[in-house]
Amino acid sequence: MSTRLEGTPAGAAEDPAAPAGGHHRHNRARLVRRERLSRWDLRLSPYLYISPFFILFGLVGLYPLIYTGYLSLYDWDRFYYQRGEFVGLENYRFVLGDPVFIKSLVNTFSIFLMSSVPQVVIAVTVAALLDNRLRGRTFWRMSVLLPFVVAPTAAVLIFGSLFADQYGVVNSALESLGLEPVRWHVDRWWSHLAIAGMVNWRWTGYNALIFLAAMQAVPRDLYESAALDGAGRVRQFFSVTLPMIRPTMIFVIVTSTIGGLQIFTEPRLFDDTPQREGGPDHQYMTSTLYIYVKGIEDQFYGRASAAAWVLFLIIVGIALLNFAITRFLTRRSA
Amino acid sequence: MSSSEASRRPGFVVYGLLAAFVAGSALPLYWSFVIGSHTKDEANSKPPPLVPGGHFLDNARRVLDTTEFWGAMLNSFLVSTACAASVVFFSTMAGYAFAKLKFRGSSALMGFVVMTMAVPTQLAIVPLFILMRDYGLLDTLAAVALPSLVTAFGVFFMRQYLVDAIPDELIEAARVDGCTMFRTFLTVAVPAARPAMAMLFLFTFMFVWTDYMWPLVALQETQTLQLALDRLALTGQGQTTDYALVLAGTGMATVPLLILFALSGRHLVAGIMQGAVKG
Repeated sequence: MSTRLEGTPAGAAEDPAAPAGGHHRHNRARLVRRERLSRWDLRLSPYLYISPFFILFGLVGLYPLIYTGYLSLYDWDRFYYQRGEFVGLENYRFVLGDPVFIKSLVNTFSIFLMSSVPQVVIAVTVAALLDNRLRGRTFWRMSVLLPFVVAPTAAVLIFGSLFADQYGVVNSALESLGLEPVRWHVDRWWSHLAIAGMVNWRWTGYNALIFLAAMQAVPRDLYESAALDGAGRVRQFFSVTLPMIRPTMIFVIVTSTIGGLQIFTEPRLFDDTPQREGGPDHQYMTSTLYIYVKGIEDQFYGRASAAAWVLFLIIVGIALLNFAITRFLTRRSA
Repeated sequence: MSSSEASRRPGFVVYGLLAAFVAGSALPLYWSFVIGSHTKDEANSKPPPLVPGGHFLDNARRVLDTTEFWGAMLNSFLVSTACAASVVFFSTMAGYAFAKLKFRGSSALMGFVVMTMAVPTQLAIVPLFILMRDYGLLDTLAAVALPSLVTAFGVFFMRQYLVDAIPDELIEAARVDGCTMFRTFLTVAVPAARPAMAMLFLFTFMFVWTDYMWPLVALQETQTLQLALDRLALTGQGQTTDYALVLAGTGMATVPLLILFALSGRHLVAGIMQGAVKG
């Protein structure tokens, strides 16, 4: 459009009765300049709008991640904060040979499985309950979300008290039932269960709302035709609702994998020993906690960075696997 | 209403199950107020107390004596507000560009944004710590805020919202009227984006307010609310944790978010459900 304007003979658009040609030339130049500015405006603005995100993310997200890889290849002087020799994969060899790191990986996966599986099952159930024509709809939806506004820090302190080995209410309930009290802060798998419990407590309602949104997007006539075919409520749930919300299910599983494999607050604050390294014998130390302890407290930058990259690759690998499975499933159903 | 629609009217079972779930959700909070309102000895008695006691104010005073509670709360408030404002501002701009403007590389760049949502950036605490130390920012609120000034989630969320919220004709009309791109953004995009901006603000505020790991790395003397709780949990350590003190502090630290939830919980619910349908 602007090229056409520039190519227009000067006189064509001019009023022949114009008193001063100079004025018009000036006008035209201004018009051209404005047009040119507007073209640059049109072309550059999008980049201008997105650049703050990319610049800031590059600085505090991407660059540190790459820098972690660099750090992991060097020896680091712990007391003078100086880079030492290039050691290649030595830090990786150390970390992968460190029984504490391996233990932390096992703990991470154990806690993750104990939290994600029941979480998805309960969240879908709650969503199905909410997907009714309830009285006080907003009240129920908000109530379900209540634990989400409690900080993980607060949640773990509350649960630490509930699951206290000596005076906890859970143990005294067990004892009143004639059962043995559980050493929640000592026994490895029980501690994982307690930690998974607080994670579930905080996130189940949140995920239920996501599932609810997906369920409400299911066309109602699908239920009607299922009902005509004689399917009851439960049957409708399994043969209509579940297949229809599968993409959302996979979305929730992927996001909870990424978050669940980085659990930090819970294992750190569940520990009531002063070291706070995930239990006196690292029974519930997660890999993120390992990275923190090695990197920030003990200042083994190289080892912590190597551990971070190992965990990073595991998480990305699982995300890609999830993605591949999704693609496979959706293509098959299509 | 069709007959099958009417048949979806729930009975007692549905209400009963939901009530049980909600009770389970509220129970831990109730517990923190029960223990937080008893003396240390009462809290550590066997069997434990099951109804609130009368010592909450004593415990609250002990919380204020052992931590910089108010200062920590102010710090949390400042950092959360700054990050939420920044995320909303930059995300709205970027989300608008991705949703409504045509430019070379836009789909590839958007793909990058989506990918970064899956990148566990908090694993990079060691270099972030080193960077903050090198720039002399350790133990400042700026260090806490810096990594959360933009989020990929924010850009994605705003883009998804704005794709449908603004008709293309409206933007064209503004352009024909001679609006610059930025004026178009201000007069067309921002008003349309307002509900999503409020939701994103709420989310980011809560996200930063409840974060524990990064402040723990970046701060030493300065405290946020979560770090104050962290210190509180340490003071009782020895033989038995002083849960009366710890849970009184936990309750006090939770009240601001509970108020925020009471005021804006429906927006939070709407935001979660909206993000889900389109995500």
